Amino acid sequence: MDVSRREMLAGAAKFLVLGFAAEAAADVPLAAPAQLPAYDPSQHWWGMTIDIDLCIGCGNCVRACSAENGVPDGYFRTWVERYHVKSGDQEHPKVESPDGAIKGFPPSTETNEKAFYVPKLCNHCETSPCVQVCPVGATFESPDGVVLVDTTYCLGCRYCIQACPYGCRYIHPERHTVDKCSLCYHRITQGLTTACCEACPTGARKLADLKNPKDPVHAFLRDNKVQVLKPHMATRSKTFYKDLDGSVR
Amino acid sequence: MHPGVEGFMYPNEVELQWSILIVLYPYITGLVAGAFILASLERVFKVAAVKPTYRLALLTALAFLLVAPLPLQLHLGHPERSFEMYLTPNRSSAMAMFGFVYLWYLMVVLLLEIWLDYRADIVRMSQTTRGPVRWIYKVLTLGSQDISPEARKIDDTVGWIVTIIGIPSAFLLHGYVGFIFGSVKANAWWSTPLMPVVFLFSAMVSGIAAVMLLYMVVSRFQKQVVDMRCLDTIAKYLFYVFLIDFSLEMLDLIHRIYEADESFRTLDFMVQTRLYMSQVVIQICIGTVVPLALLGWTQVRRLSDGVRRAMYATAGVLTLIGIFAMRWNVVIGGQLFSKSYLGYTTYKLEFATREGLLPAIVLMILPLAILWVLLKLLPLSEKEAA
Amino acid sequence: MAGGWRHARHLIVLALVVAAGLGAFLILRGAVVPAGFGKLGHYRAGAIDDNRRRPVSFAGQATCADCHDKQVEARSKGKHRIVSCEACHGPQARHADDPEKLKPVLPDTAILCRRCHEKDPAKPAHFPQVASTDHSGGAACNACHQPHAPKM
Repeated sequence: MDVSRREMLAGAAKFLVLGFAAEAAADVPLAAPAQLPAYDPSQHWWGMTIDIDLCIGCGNCVRACSAENGVPDGYFRTWVERYHVKSGDQEHPKVESPDGAIKGFPPSTETNEKAFYVPKLCNHCETSPCVQVCPVGATFESPDGVVLVDTTYCLGCRYCIQACPYGCRYIHPERHTVDKCSLCYHRITQGLTTACCEACPTGARKLADLKNPKDPVHAFLRDNKVQVLKPHMATRSKTFYKDLDGSVR
Repeated sequence: MHPGVEGFMYPNEVELQWSILIVLYPYITGLVAGAFILASLERVFKVAAVKPTYRLALLTALAFLLVAPLPLQLHLGHPERSFEMYLTPNRSSAMAMFGFVYLWYLMVVLLLEIWLDYRADIVRMSQTTRGPVRWIYKVLTLGSQDISPEARKIDDTVGWIVTIIGIPSAFLLHGYVGFIFGSVKANAWWSTPLMPVVFLFSAMVSGIAAVMLLYMVVSRFQKQVVDMRCLDTIAKYLFYVFLIDFSLEMLDLIHRIYEADESFRTLDFMVQTRLYMSQVVIQICIGTVVPLALLGWTQVRRLSDGVRRAMYATAGVLTLIGIFAMRWNVVIGGQLFSKSYLGYTTYKLEFATREGLLPAIVLMILPLAILWVLLKLLPLSEKEAA
Repeated sequence: MAGGWRHARHLIVLALVVAAGLGAFLILRGAVVPAGFGKLGHYRAGAIDDNRRRPVSFAGQATCADCHDKQVEARSKGKHRIVSCEACHGPQARHADDPEKLKPVLPDTAILCRRCHEKDPAKPAHFPQVASTDHSGGAACNACHQPHAPKM
């Protein structure tokens, strides 16, 4: 089926009339599915790969995550940082992430320094400190390796937020329970990729199923020098970065 | 850029997670543990000189222990779910044990010890008092009027065993609170194996200081002469425990400065700036060095009773302020810097909000009110009860 | 010994009270622990399906391709071949659910293109980027470039 130019123009005109109302309506998710598609968690082991050399700091992932998951203003399930490193000064990078980069970044004026973008999200650690400290079992690692939250059970004690070395958790200001990246569990368990990966224009972020022998993640991990964030934390992170600079923390 | 943020914070880090209420929690449980350990000095280690404070120390511990869970409840996003800690405690969580350690300490140790000690008075008062309060005593007798020497001897033996169990329990109660912080590997300011030990000794310091002060205050209210031998002994213990506590804290500090790991510059800068007032000035100088000097002076010089009392009172008050500052610096300080070590945020203490200064003040007055009621119900001297 | 026990009656009563409390707790606990807790691990097994039972906003590339084959075809030959439809057009699950009722809004190229292609030293050097004011003097990008298959 073709969408005619006329229809496109009509859409644009409608935008002018309805303004943001129309845009907001598009962001409202569909109703939740009544029947869950069949899914066998024992066949999957989820993680993510991030290629620093492909990230352009557009902020599409942050916006997509917000639209998909209704992330409250000022909090982030994913965000992007921009690093500037002076020659030889790996320990003191200049880092910025204005509003988590939900509107991208203003162009940098520094031209002589090493500079790059680093997208961040929950690392879905295998031995995750947040799961370890939850007093009641309200946050847990699913059988397919995703760190999830049971919002009906969370006390809101915030111990997990303190325990996460990466700053990936926050208290939802209305629900008063903890909130974090779920690796779009509602999507990946029905064959879709995460919202951030769907919206990433360069393929810098890729959902990875480490249990699937055909997943390109295996080639990615074999052919590249990869690193995880804060490896000394020994959390067995499943978010793998290619070309991660040593100044990143 | 957020106001109050300097440098770079991970975006979710800007807001502090644990407020002044979580400062109160280790402060209050510390007072409980310290007061109990002072009481057990008399009971187990037979330090007869501190006997006048035995019951006061136990009731102080109880009054504060009853309040200890309140700041936590007030802080939780869903306080109505807190019973889940009893239903499905996560064995790998340091926090999950709170409910059990608390109940064990409250029920098995403190209430039992107080009940056994007061049983003869309770039985007597259930016979002599009038009005509704009599029913309270009647219930507390658990239907037994037996205060024969044989029964009292059994009470005494059981009470002694309870105290023996109580000392490690008091250590557990507060050492474990230190472990809640000390075991967070993500947080360089908290993560040290010294944390439970420092918490324990500072707990003893604060509890002993609190009972010492309360003893002076209660004696004045009840128009009784302060037993100087008792006060001198307590002050001596306070001095030595405080010395150990201070040495441990300095050891931690020196170790951090000498090792100067990846977190050092950040933490050092924090102490020099945002924590300067509460850490260097209040905790270390006013709250530690000054009371230690005052207490030390009374150890080496012969001073009149009045001067000693004044010095003990001053040292006691400063100590309590200093230990509060220590709790503040641990809990709040641990959240002022970014886990990226690249920036700092600010804690904005509100006043009349759920986690503001007002509820904190109320929560600190409440145990004193409870203690006042307890002292009415369970008088300190047996003579008075009869 | 019998005499000793007689004088410990209050302690036996206390022990019974404590035992009764403990028993009540255990019975209550069995009744209130949520169903499925501990089945898969130390959590409520149903929480997994709760996490799954959420609506999607992004329909996914496959869904877009079901109808918009012409655009997909154009895109597949150009430099934007790995860019998904919703990367530029935004989340369209509702549109896919009822294509007639909810029409996507055409993105404004002046904003959209610059998000990716505005010059920034932090972007990888191999990525095509321009200083937009020098490059086009404010003219709309799609005046020269066809977004579905951009050519230089």
